[in-house]
Amino acid sequence: MAIALDLLVQFGQMLLVLALAPLLTGYVRKVKAHLLRRQGPPLLQPYRDLLRLLRKEVVLAHTASWVFRAAPYLVFAATWVAASLVPTFATGLIFSYAADMIAIVALLGSARFMLALAGLDVGTSFGGIGSSREMMIASLAEPAMLMVTFTLSLLAGSTQLSSIAAFMQGAGVGLRVSLALALIGLVMVAIAENARIPVDNPATHLELTMVHEAMILEYSGRHLAVIEAASYLKLLLYVSVIACVFFPWGIAVSGQGPAAYLGGVGVYVLKLAACGFLLAVFETAIAKMRVFRVPDFLGAALMLGFLAALLLFVSRAA
Amino acid sequence: MALTGLMWCVAALLAAGVAAVAAARVRAASALVYGTALCVSTAALGIAGASLLTGHATAGTLTLPVGLPWLGAHFRLDALAAFFLVVVNLGGAMASPFGLGYGRHEETPARVLPFFPAFLAGMNLVVLADDAFTFLFTWELMSLSSWALVMAHHRRSGNAAAGYLYLIMASFGTLALLLAFGLLAGSAGDYAFEGMRAAPPAAGMAGAVLALVLIGAGSKAGLVPLHVWLPLAHPAAPSHVSALMSGVMTKVAVYGFVRIVFDLLGAPIWWWGALVALLGGITAVMGVLHALMEHDLKRLLAYHTVENIGIIFIGLGLALAFEANRMSAAAALGLTAALFHVFNHSLFKSLLFFGSGAVLTATGERDMERLGGLVHRMPLTAFAFLVGSAAISALPPFNGFVSEWLTFQAVLLSPGLPQWLLKFLVPAMGALLALSAALAAACFVKAFGVTFLGRPRSDAARDAVETDRWSLAAMFILAALCLVAGILPGYFIDALAPVTQALAGAHLPRQEQLDWLTIVPVAQSRSSYNGLLLFLFIALAAGLGAEAIHRWASDAVRRSAAWDCGFPDPSPATQYTAGSFSQPIRKVFGTVVFRAREEVHMPPPGDMRAGRMHVRMRDVLWDAFYAPITGLVGFGADHLNKVQFLTIRAYLTLVFGALVVLLMVLAIWQ
Repeated sequence: MAIALDLLVQFGQMLLVLALAPLLTGYVRKVKAHLLRRQGPPLLQPYRDLLRLLRKEVVLAHTASWVFRAAPYLVFAATWVAASLVPTFATGLIFSYAADMIAIVALLGSARFMLALAGLDVGTSFGGIGSSREMMIASLAEPAMLMVTFTLSLLAGSTQLSSIAAFMQGAGVGLRVSLALALIGLVMVAIAENARIPVDNPATHLELTMVHEAMILEYSGRHLAVIEAASYLKLLLYVSVIACVFFPWGIAVSGQGPAAYLGGVGVYVLKLAACGFLLAVFETAIAKMRVFRVPDFLGAALMLGFLAALLLFVSRAA
Repeated sequence: MALTGLMWCVAALLAAGVAAVAAARVRAASALVYGTALCVSTAALGIAGASLLTGHATAGTLTLPVGLPWLGAHFRLDALAAFFLVVVNLGGAMASPFGLGYGRHEETPARVLPFFPAFLAGMNLVVLADDAFTFLFTWELMSLSSWALVMAHHRRSGNAAAGYLYLIMASFGTLALLLAFGLLAGSAGDYAFEGMRAAPPAAGMAGAVLALVLIGAGSKAGLVPLHVWLPLAHPAAPSHVSALMSGVMTKVAVYGFVRIVFDLLGAPIWWWGALVALLGGITAVMGVLHALMEHDLKRLLAYHTVENIGIIFIGLGLALAFEANRMSAAAALGLTAALFHVFNHSLFKSLLFFGSGAVLTATGERDMERLGGLVHRMPLTAFAFLVGSAAISALPPFNGFVSEWLTFQAVLLSPGLPQWLLKFLVPAMGALLALSAALAAACFVKAFGVTFLGRPRSDAARDAVETDRWSLAAMFILAALCLVAGILPGYFIDALAPVTQALAGAHLPRQEQLDWLTIVPVAQSRSSYNGLLLFLFIALAAGLGAEAIHRWASDAVRRSAAWDCGFPDPSPATQYTAGSFSQPIRKVFGTVVFRAREEVHMPPPGDMRAGRMHVRMRDVLWDAFYAPITGLVGFGADHLNKVQFLTIRAYLTLVFGALVVLLMVLAIWQ
């Protein structure tokens, strides 16, 4: 009986992230539009886009192979599973131990691997440029993310997000330089990984420096819908990680009962809104950089993560 | 009992090799040799696997009256040897059926067939050897038979030079091992491992032995900067031999390192761990960066072997560092990670070399710039190669991820180390490991994407046909093993328990009884991973999602020309190539590591000649280590050359002078 309830809560989380992900993207777009004194599309527009795309036929290039057709579903599945294993409204859910923070990063790596292959499949120059640049960005962003993970897990003595969240809620944390550096590094990685300004522009299809949109240029119909859903989920995942690790207040613990879970969901939605608002403000305030400035940006993130890990030893010694 | 069985297997392999010399001209020789190798390797795999799993491997010994007269040839089967025999014979059992299919296209079977079983026998014997003489003798058997296989196509350009370099490096490595064993035997001169184990050398001497072993075993395994022969020699051999050399022979070198350093050398000192892990980290990153710049498919895979050897040595270095500080549980974790990666790498590297061999058979091309679109012509090979690519890129739910994850967990135990250098060094190794994993993913997107996806870049690629069933069977068994080891790693970790127990005095907690087959290397609250659940979730989410969308939303498909922003170009030359794919990474890393310089020649306006771009890259390691040596040898040869053309008086003076000097030396000596 208890296990059935645990499973129910876990599946509730899977559905929750899937349901909230388009809303977060719609909210960020809306806030950005307002900051530019535009009305902007309605909050629910991403849902409508997805439904419309799902019902359309797929236009497939003659040169596309099964890799091109399988990739969207695999990308979506890997991203969805990763997003459902990050604590959102509650920690310690039944399957949360299936993947720690390193495995979640690697799951996103699997998704990216398939997507980059799909970009090369049709054999067009745009797909290649997207894949090549995406992998260049990932080759710096992934180590940076892992260095942030190192810092957190050296501090908390665990790579499990639930344990890290519990540790960060505890009294023994205090303010640490390492944590500040790790937060900045994580935010930089999140911006790069989600193809946001200043690394990439999610709103354009025709710009020479585009990365993510170039990879998926050949996709249409349901394939495009699934890929879009995966990128919404990825944004939600990064926001959830930041919220759960650095702002773990109000998060429920598994087994506390429905009231605590509902409270957790409410706090989680508020956190998403706050992070989404900050992202929109940041994106509006900054210009996109040239693609070969991106390595400097991510190299800084990597160095911040590494410094955070090293400072941990110094500050512990002092 | 088990040991006797294994020795009969080795004898059968050697006999097959000798028989192949006589029968190489017969048509059925290929089927006979590879069939024998398949059966014998499978039998040896069964024996070794059974003795590893049931724990009956505990030190069966055997002495044969061959070799040095006062020593004999000692053989011994313990848990470590049993594990490496599993790796060796699994590789052999997979390479043989691939050879059955691939070998049909062999132009000179007489140059391959006798040496293939001898190579397998040599690797088995190195792992079983229990005294220094037998070890070195069988090590040389392994080296020379693989050298003969590298030289099988010696007329092809570059192969002779590769074989020459391999021969030099192999002799140099064996020399270093010989000296290491000399130091280990000490003044008593006991060359049996038993005696060396009983009397480990003093600390300073042990450091010298470690350095010699790093050179000897490291040059065979491909540690930077001793890796230079590997990307030349491994691809030169026939593909199933390349798979054995890269997937298995480098592991035998790792075995040599583990056997000497963990077993014979006594208690480690902390700086050994620092040195080994540092070399491993540098090797990992340098290997993958070289691979990214490569567009010869087999050479790219060989550079990835260098990378993975680096990852294995990071794990071994961590294990040494922990063991030196008496943290045996952590040492067991580092060692388990390294050995599991040994097993995993032998699986996916064999698979990938088989795939490249299938491509080579189908198209005659190793250059990725002339391939492309093979997924349409060779869908099964493409699928197997894709699984291998995902596994080597450390992507869940495949096996490469699990062993790298275990290495990361070992890295995260570093705050317990008392030495400051290690405290700082180990997280840096973690960063290098993360960097190499991410770059490996980029490299295999390139390798798979440029070779198999897109449009064909040559007629050969356009007209390729799927490879034969034997080769496909070998590839699919390996691909299945990659997945099984990835989703059920607990069983494999448990199988390593007797090995780490013998070497580090501890083993990881038993994994197989844990709920849902999760793996928990240290403690549940610290870290856990469940590949099975992830695999099931991904498979279900992707499968049900696709099913639901096709049923309720739309399943219509219309074929049309590619969109390409409205300007599709029919020429396949407009696709991204291997060179253009890695150009951003070359810009980021290559300017420092390879001193990459781009020269652009743009004709002036009105001039109708084509513009040109030329990229110059330098191998910094070659320039730093090898160029001075070759320069010195050349200088010496030039100047000694004069001795050849002296007058008779000068020769007599030289002889007289030498005699006087020697007599003086003798006088001073006494």
